[in-house]
This record gives sequence, structure tokens and C-alpha cells, in this order.
Amino acid sequence: MKVLIPTPLRQYAGKKDSVEVPGTTVGEALKNLTISHPDLKKHLYNEEGKLRAFVNLYLNDEDIRYMEKENTPVGQSDTLSIVPSIAGGKDDRVI
Amino acid sequence: MLEFKQSDYEEIRRHGEETYPDECCGVLLGTMNEEGDHRIVSSTVRCHNTREDRPQDRFYIDPRDLVRIQRQGREQGLDIVGFYHSHPDCPAQWSKTDFAEAHWIGCSYVITRVDKARAVDTNSFWLRGTEEEDKHFEDEPITFVAVAQKSDVPLSAQASMPPAEVPGSDK
Repeated sequence: MKVLIPTPLRQYAGKKDSVEVPGTTVGEALKNLTISHPDLKKHLYNEEGKLRAFVNLYLNDEDIRYMEKENTPVGQSDTLSIVPSIAGGKDDRVI
Repeated sequence: MLEFKQSDYEEIRRHGEETYPDECCGVLLGTMNEEGDHRIVSSTVRCHNTREDRPQDRFYIDPRDLVRIQRQGREQGLDIVGFYHSHPDCPAQWSKTDFAEAHWIGCSYVITRVDKARAVDTNSFWLRGTEEEDKHFEDEPITFVAVAQKSDVPLSAQASMPPAEVPGSDK
């Protein structure tokens, strides 16, 4: 399957914007991704080996949190997008 | 350095004025040089602020929108090179929340201060570092892509023109 690498992580994936990896589940595909590109691991997982909270994974257009998470089955033609979250907001400093 | 077309720069400021007193947010699509220290914005994409509980001081972009925008960008040979949002009645400086929620290392985070529905200053911050633990924001200059008035200047020449200073930026 194809894994789309977001801009900030490409330097850890051989500067590629996508990587083809084998796997029958999202978890397997990610494991194979971090085997072929080990520098990606600490950016995707925390020290406990859990996926970092701000890392969103979309299988095609679906959030895997609402599927079977890392056990979600994948096919060869599927695309997995790694999408770090975007949020923020001003402090309580009012002019 | 972050380089804008003037029209794109004005568009993100206008977005902040339109959503006032709520924060606006959006994505910057473009290209980045090999060293990663020069980003050129080719287009901007407005996003919906999904923080409907407190949109006046928080923003969140639906990751599904990011997947879609990233896909559209790839089809045009563009990458996500940054993000923008507004600070209603608050300085155009990154906040603790902005920093805690910033995870796109190497990208630009552009903030516009909007006072009483009028965009004031706009600043850009480059998120640098090698991982979450050592990330930090650096002030970065915003410049304009100079666009020739006459059509007799080839596009390749226009792209190599020196950038101009950006009005409205306090850099």
C-alpha cells in the first residue's frame, strides 16, 4: 500500500513524499514503514510505543480511529495518509 | 523566509477580518527549497475553524480537510508549506497554545492580529527542530513575490525577481 508522508517527516523518509510498504493492516504497514525508515519511528510513536496523540492516520478518506484503529485491514491499492494535527489559539492577553 | 503573492497575503488577512471576533485558519500550499529555509506560497486554502466551543480564542483544522488539501496540492505539484490563523484583539505573536499544538516542523505559522474586524500586523514563525522535544519557533521575514506589470516578461524571469518588502508586516 502507499503511505503519504507529510512535509515535516519527509527528511526521515529519504525525502520521499510517499512510500510503498507491504502489510495487511494499518499497524503492519506502519511497522514496515518504520523498519525501512527507522528515523520515522520516534516521530510517530511515543516512548511507550503508542502512536503520538497529534498523529492522525487516514485510510483513504477515513480516520482509522473510527475504523479498527491499527488493526484496520488494508489492501494493496489503499492509501494511508499521515496527518499531524493543526490547532492553536491566542493566549488570554486582551489588548 | 516566507514569500507570498500580494493577493494571497491580502486574502489571509481578509479571512481574519471576515471571521472576527472568531479566529480564522487555513493552509498555505507552495514549494520549499532544498535547504528548507525558503518557502514560496502558491495558493492559500481557507479552512473551517471546528472549535465551535470557543472559536474566539482557539482553532482546529479538521484533519480530513488536511488530507483533501494535501491531495489537491500533490496533483498540482505543491506541498503544505505552512498554516495561518488570526488572533482577534491580540498580538500577532505565537501563544503557548500555538506552540504546544504546532507539529509541522519545517513549516511556517502565520498569525494576523485583527483589531475590531480590521487586520493589523501579520507575522510568520518558522517551526524548527528535529523532533517534538527540541522544536522552537523562529521569527521569519515575510516578503512579496514581485510580479511584472507587463506580460512581455517571461514567467521564469518573474520568479527570479527579488522579493519586495511586505506592507503590514512589522518585520
